[in-house]
Amino acid sequence: MQNVLDKYESVMEEKVTYWYPCGHVEDFPENAGACIKYKHAQIAVFYFARMGKWYACQNLCPHKVEMVLSRGMIGDAAGIAKVACPMHKHNFSLEDGTCLTAELPAIATYPVKIEKDQVLVGFNF
Amino acid sequence: MVGYKFCEKLVSKTTYKKENFEVTVFGEEMRPAYDRVHLSEYFLNNDARSLELANQDWYAENGIDLKLGELIKKIDIQNKTVESHKSEIYDFDKLIIATGSYPFVPTIEGVDKNGIFVYRTIEDLDQMIRFSEKIKSKGKNKAVVIGGGLLGLEAAKAVKDLGLETHIVEFASVLMARQLDARGGDVLKSKIEELGITVHTSKNTKCFAGEHDVEKMHFTDGSELDANMVVISAGIKARDEVASAAGLELGPRGGVLVDDKMQTSHPDIYAIGEVANFLGFTYGLVAPGYEMAEIVVSQLYGETKSMLESPDMSTKLKLLGVDVASFGDAIDIHHEHTPIIFENRHEKIYKRVNISADGTKLMGGILVGDAAEYNMLLQIYKNGMSLPKNPEDLILGSRNGAESLNDVSALPDAAVICSCENVNKGKICCAITDEGFDNYKAISKQTKAGTGCGGCKPMVQNILESELKKMGRVVKNTICEHFQYTRAELYDIVKIKGITDYDEALNTIGLGHGCESCKPALASIFASLFMETANKQPAIQDSNDRFLANIQRNGTYSVVPRIPGGEITPEKLIVIGEVAKEYNLYTKITGGQRIDLFGAQLNDLPAIWEKLIIAGFESGHAYGKALRTVKSCVGSTWCRFGMNDSVSLAVKIENRYKGLRAPHKLKGGVSGCIRECAEARGKDFGIIAVEGGLNLYVCGNGGADPKHAILLATGLDEETCIKYLDRFLMFYIQTAGPLIRTAPWLEKMEGGIEYLKSVVVDDSLGIGTELEAQMEKLVSDYACEWKEAIENDAIRKRYKHFINSEERDENIVFVPLREMKMPEPWK
Repeated sequence: MQNVLDKYESVMEEKVTYWYPCGHVEDFPENAGACIKYKHAQIAVFYFARMGKWYACQNLCPHKVEMVLSRGMIGDAAGIAKVACPMHKHNFSLEDGTCLTAELPAIATYPVKIEKDQVLVGFNF
Repeated sequence: MVGYKFCEKLVSKTTYKKENFEVTVFGEEMRPAYDRVHLSEYFLNNDARSLELANQDWYAENGIDLKLGELIKKIDIQNKTVESHKSEIYDFDKLIIATGSYPFVPTIEGVDKNGIFVYRTIEDLDQMIRFSEKIKSKGKNKAVVIGGGLLGLEAAKAVKDLGLETHIVEFASVLMARQLDARGGDVLKSKIEELGITVHTSKNTKCFAGEHDVEKMHFTDGSELDANMVVISAGIKARDEVASAAGLELGPRGGVLVDDKMQTSHPDIYAIGEVANFLGFTYGLVAPGYEMAEIVVSQLYGETKSMLESPDMSTKLKLLGVDVASFGDAIDIHHEHTPIIFENRHEKIYKRVNISADGTKLMGGILVGDAAEYNMLLQIYKNGMSLPKNPEDLILGSRNGAESLNDVSALPDAAVICSCENVNKGKICCAITDEGFDNYKAISKQTKAGTGCGGCKPMVQNILESELKKMGRVVKNTICEHFQYTRAELYDIVKIKGITDYDEALNTIGLGHGCESCKPALASIFASLFMETANKQPAIQDSNDRFLANIQRNGTYSVVPRIPGGEITPEKLIVIGEVAKEYNLYTKITGGQRIDLFGAQLNDLPAIWEKLIIAGFESGHAYGKALRTVKSCVGSTWCRFGMNDSVSLAVKIENRYKGLRAPHKLKGGVSGCIRECAEARGKDFGIIAVEGGLNLYVCGNGGADPKHAILLATGLDEETCIKYLDRFLMFYIQTAGPLIRTAPWLEKMEGGIEYLKSVVVDDSLGIGTELEAQMEKLVSDYACEWKEAIENDAIRKRYKHFINSEERDENIVFVPLREMKMPEPWK
């Protein structure tokens, strides 16, 4: 299981080697998450329609190692965009991946940009 | 127990090293130390091990040599050795005597007859159980407990739990004469007699009669009482004979004399617990015993702790289900203080506080029937705090809007709030003011307060609220940082302002971008106002509601079709079986009389539900904070005891409220007679048919804190019953906080069940018609949200694991479980 977790590492925007077009803006639910597949990775993509902002992170919750984060509820904690895991409601910052409710490993985050209604997630693999 | 506590305290010192101490514990019984305080629980679960304070491995792990079934019969204080009944000799550097006490058995003619027991050990109980079965098989069932003290009442509970007709015989004129005054004892007596136990006071037993088995008791006043079994609980006698034979000094009325360091007349020998005589008394409560154990441990570590004064005998107990508390100088034998007494014969409540002659200090008191003020009174007494202007407020509560006495802000910092972990108020305040913790969980984690028995939780919470208030922070149970309102306030605002969606609410009355607390709370409010299904605003639903299914351990979902009242046709059963087979689902009967299908992948949910809906099923809302099931017994249609067709009523009620969303889940039950096979009183609402109509109970639940539902109205016809249910449910939905079930909602309600009755039955707020009309609207606007989902392509599209691929989640792994399967266990 641990090696599944190790597969995911945050990608900084400046380190992106490939912007993967994963769908159109209208494919994604507003103010909620959806999961995309890129190579063997599962990535949760969140569309904060109220702010017009997009975030992406690993779909894997590090707590019990389940592929579920994309189904979590999103929102903010003191202005920080976050997702709450549907399993046990652990909160993770979507800005830097840190867990806001427990001492859990941070999740990997990925940059997202929109070009011509295309949603692009940045990877370095 | 005290001997064990000594071991526990010894090894829990941070400087404890196995190498530094060679500890041997001798016990006469074959079991390690067990909890005698809760001995009567043995009758309920018959599990001796659950009473153990620690198992044998614990002793071994901590380097303690535990010798069970080995009785020390001799102490040689010159050579510092002890000798066991096996004639083994062991030497010691320090000896701790914690032999406790014997039950005191008075010399009464016939006391050796069969069927006369003492109440002290598990063996005693085993013998009582066997004997009670023997006499019951002969049609005899009269049991007498001699002694109306603390232990006697515990024994009476045990005897009653054995199913025997129970009598208590007390020599004194009052029960619990050591803790209660005559009036308090009298109230306790009437309360106990309410339970079907007969209490005989001022009775002196002359002899026991009977051939072999005891049959009758004769009293000195010439009266007699049938008795097929007798339990003697007439007090305790220190087990000091070995100490005495060794030449250690005893007190005049027994007990090994000890000084304030628990040292006996030999400096290397200590005595603790019931065997010790300190300041002329022996102490039959655990708390002083534990304090003594602590003192000996500190001696062994070279510290200087000692007993400062006579041990605190304050105590709060639940005896036979009755709260009884006594603290300080409770009885005031010497009439030095001024008593203030409140007595309510109707509710069987007695409260007394003794005020110092100058009217400034609390000296002691008694509470019977309602001991809610005990913690606060004990703090005031122990800390010598000044009294309120009207000292009667101590037991009557403040009236005319005066500051509530339960205001913890008056407590000094030294007041011990959590006695399990010895945390004082100062430490808790410090965690709040200096370290910035602002919720109970965090404070508890930081200070350890409340991590033991949890009894101090309300006080810790009160301190938190009071400290936050002092810091100028508004204390309100607001939903979250995004909405500064309670759920009830939000409900009203949304209704009055006509707000119809979440974003509108956030924009007009909220802050920020929402979270997993306020989104489902508002979703629930919209559902309660407009009966909108979870499909309309999916992004604000809790993730289970968003997908109309319960997420399970490996990210797959469970499917629960509604089976109203638990009634299902063979045809529908076959469909469930076929669907489960086709999708390889694990099937289990739920506690709510329906069938749960586990292991469905997100992608398959619409197809599964399509099949179920064609067969006539609807969503069971098992994923929602909504009506779940109305459980029923089989009722008068089949059952020879039934008074009512409970299944038909349950089906009707479940269909009436299906889809109803609420602050938390709702469960109901209908039983056709008082045998209550539907366990309706363990539900949020329960109906039990009796001679003359239906009894309606509300606000029960199972779960972590089980509560029996409370009677709201009796002898109702079906129409009135449903009317009251409509009002009750709507009132709950409108006023409860998020994720608060009906039982805690009622607990927090000012005026409690009487107030709820006045609102629902007497319509004291004049909102009855309005509540009924709102419920009627919700009932008529119901739609099955799964039917809605499968008929709508846009909604069906939500059921994909990947948005950019038709593939499924390859990480889902199942392992075999008997003939079915389960998710791979978490690592």
